[in-house]
Amino acid sequence: MARRATPEVNAGSMADIAFLLLIFFLVTTTIEKDKGIARQLPPPIEQEQDVIIKQKNLFIVNVNKSDQLLVEEELMDLKDLRQAAIDFLDNGGAPQGSPEYCNYCKGKRSPESSDNPLKAVISVQNDRLTSYKMYIAVQNELVAAYNFLRNREAERLYGWKFTEKKKAIDEGDITGSAADDIQKKLEAVQELIPLKLSEAEPKKSGS
Amino acid sequence: MSKFNKKKSGDLPAISTASLPDIVFMLLFFFMVVTVLRDSNLLVMQRLPKGDQVEKLQKDRSVFIYAGKPGPGYEKYGKEAKIQIGDKYTDITNIRFALEELRRKLRPELQDKIMIALKVDEETNTGVITDIKQELREQNLLKLIYITTPGNQLDNN
Repeated sequence: MARRATPEVNAGSMADIAFLLLIFFLVTTTIEKDKGIARQLPPPIEQEQDVIIKQKNLFIVNVNKSDQLLVEEELMDLKDLRQAAIDFLDNGGAPQGSPEYCNYCKGKRSPESSDNPLKAVISVQNDRLTSYKMYIAVQNELVAAYNFLRNREAERLYGWKFTEKKKAIDEGDITGSAADDIQKKLEAVQELIPLKLSEAEPKKSGS
Repeated sequence: MSKFNKKKSGDLPAISTASLPDIVFMLLFFFMVVTVLRDSNLLVMQRLPKGDQVEKLQKDRSVFIYAGKPGPGYEKYGKEAKIQIGDKYTDITNIRFALEELRRKLRPELQDKIMIALKVDEETNTGVITDIKQELREQNLLKLIYITTPGNQLDNN
């Protein structure tokens, strides 16, 4: 009868060891939450081509070296930029009956402003000494203007918000054929309100 | 009948702590999984500007470019904004090589969908960014994302 009971290993300190590890990982964890404003750069071109854009279809935003905004030759506060951009894009100035007539625009239809959102171009000009903070703030407001109009159109056509569905797709919440369907609708809305943001080469400082 | 009364004793039984390690291990595994140990040491200041019209960064296909003034502990490199790729300062002309090196580390099927994530300090001049963008255009790396922190600049101006 040599069968002796093996002494039980004391597991009481297991919790302490686990706690130690837990605290280490708690301290070193940085849950990555990088988000940002996505942008597509224009491809490199050898020869500069001059494209003629009518003055009324061009919305010029100028930022100087002390971070002041000059929008269409007028000084403007950053907080008014979003509305000004919306008004410009949504103007729909082309007369009724012409091929460029915009039937979904809800703007003032002033002949002095843009014909339709397809033609409207926003041009941002920076000084080399403009701060990055201001640059991002301006970009953010302009993207907000586009998102506002896209949301409005998506709600009119499909009854949901453009930004919400886009986020759901990006995060993989919607999959399969439903995702393809929504992707097509998103593209349709993007065609109605295309993001036409041009960035001029920045001027030398001080000009 | 005393059979049924046997276990009844007056005082409270001690709470068993046997399942405590299990609970702690569960938490431990959660944090182990979500932990990302920093792979590049930051040499530049990183106070990101605020933005709210944002999209999520797809980490598996992104390459980071940091820019800003030399960070705390690196003041000897001056006060001019510098560009950092990987874990060292990079000159504007060397960006293409540094990016190519990082690009090869991505999964092969994602290398064509590469996205450049710009993490730039808010006090940098736009001139530096323009130079970077010009260089990226020449390299045909056209997808780019400006990383921001949540919030809106208008709220505290």
